[in-house]
Amino acid sequence: MHELTITLSIVNIAEEEVRKASAQKVEEIEMEIGQLSGVEVDSLEFLWEEAVRSSVLESAERKIYHIPGKARCMECDIEFEIEQIFDPCPKCQQYFNDIVAGKELRIKSLTVT
Amino acid sequence: MCSTCGCDAEDSVKILLPGEELHPHHHDPENGHHHQHNHHSHPLTRDHTHEGSRIVNLEVDVLSKNNLMAERNRGYFEARNICCINLVSSPGSGKTTLLERTLTALKGKVNMAVIEGDQQTTNDADRIHKTGVPVVQVNTGKGCHLDSDMVHSAIMKLELKDNSILFIENVGNLVCPSLFDLGENHRVVIMSVTEGTDKPLKYPTMFETSDICIINKIDLGPYVDFDIEKSREYALRVNHHLDFFELSATRDEGMRAWYEWLKTLVPVEV
Repeated sequence: MHELTITLSIVNIAEEEVRKASAQKVEEIEMEIGQLSGVEVDSLEFLWEEAVRSSVLESAERKIYHIPGKARCMECDIEFEIEQIFDPCPKCQQYFNDIVAGKELRIKSLTVT
Repeated sequence: MCSTCGCDAEDSVKILLPGEELHPHHHDPENGHHHQHNHHSHPLTRDHTHEGSRIVNLEVDVLSKNNLMAERNRGYFEARNICCINLVSSPGSGKTTLLERTLTALKGKVNMAVIEGDQQTTNDADRIHKTGVPVVQVNTGKGCHLDSDMVHSAIMKLELKDNSILFIENVGNLVCPSLFDLGENHRVVIMSVTEGTDKPLKYPTMFETSDICIINKIDLGPYVDFDIEKSREYALRVNHHLDFFELSATRDEGMRAWYEWLKTLVPVEV
């Protein structure tokens, strides 16, 4: 259940930013979570309320942007969308692919007040 | 619940040398968690006002603190020419047995030390301690993985030698540890032939973030359905950079290639 550690890291970052901004709380948090990031958004949503209780994020609205996975075939040099790390190149059907997007696990912005 | 790491007080992180008594969880810089209050850590932060509230554009990785400490560990290892190897697998794939064999075989030739990660007990550290190699046990309590902070605290307790190999046996879990960089130089994923052939496809993130794959318990091959070639192919689909070792730590089969590779990592005493 690493989503708990992830959520608590988000709380820590938010607490620090609120303190730096001399603000009271977070109104909105924008996050980018890639499809291949290894984080289950459903799990994160499930434990969010418990994890942010009594923190600056308690009443924050959260916006999660899902970033689809994308890979580049090293043989054909084309980019294509992938759902799994091991999806083959649609052109040559090989697996010599490098992942170029979808591993994001980022806080994009915080609206503090 | 502890707000720093999500643990309950009685299920806290413990870092123990062999024979050391349990002590409570402290979130202080000497023992446990480091809270770095670096006010210059986000140089790209731009604030602007928006109807009474302010938007802070962060663009910061959620795991940035773990990654920062991992880089600090990596720098420490580099400065002292220590090669750090993070061993990851499901529970029961034979990590501890592989370590015991390796430590016994290379003792006297290579300087080594071990960090043992488990949720509870010092059983594995006690096994390693018997080989005579320095070991420290990290009990993560309810935590499902080691993080770079725990490793930092553990290396402060271990008296590491220059030009040595530090093995970290991560918590047996093929999911969570994959996201947490510990500062290691190599991540070694172990699967055994008593598991499913399609393990690399079921748990791709761990295989994708590793650079070495060990297939263990090959002596049991004739008794199980595991297809080594197929499994290698699946693992390479996930990560075409993987190098493989096929061995049986229990029966001492195929260990030589593994030892030879380890000996290339640090200067070897003749």
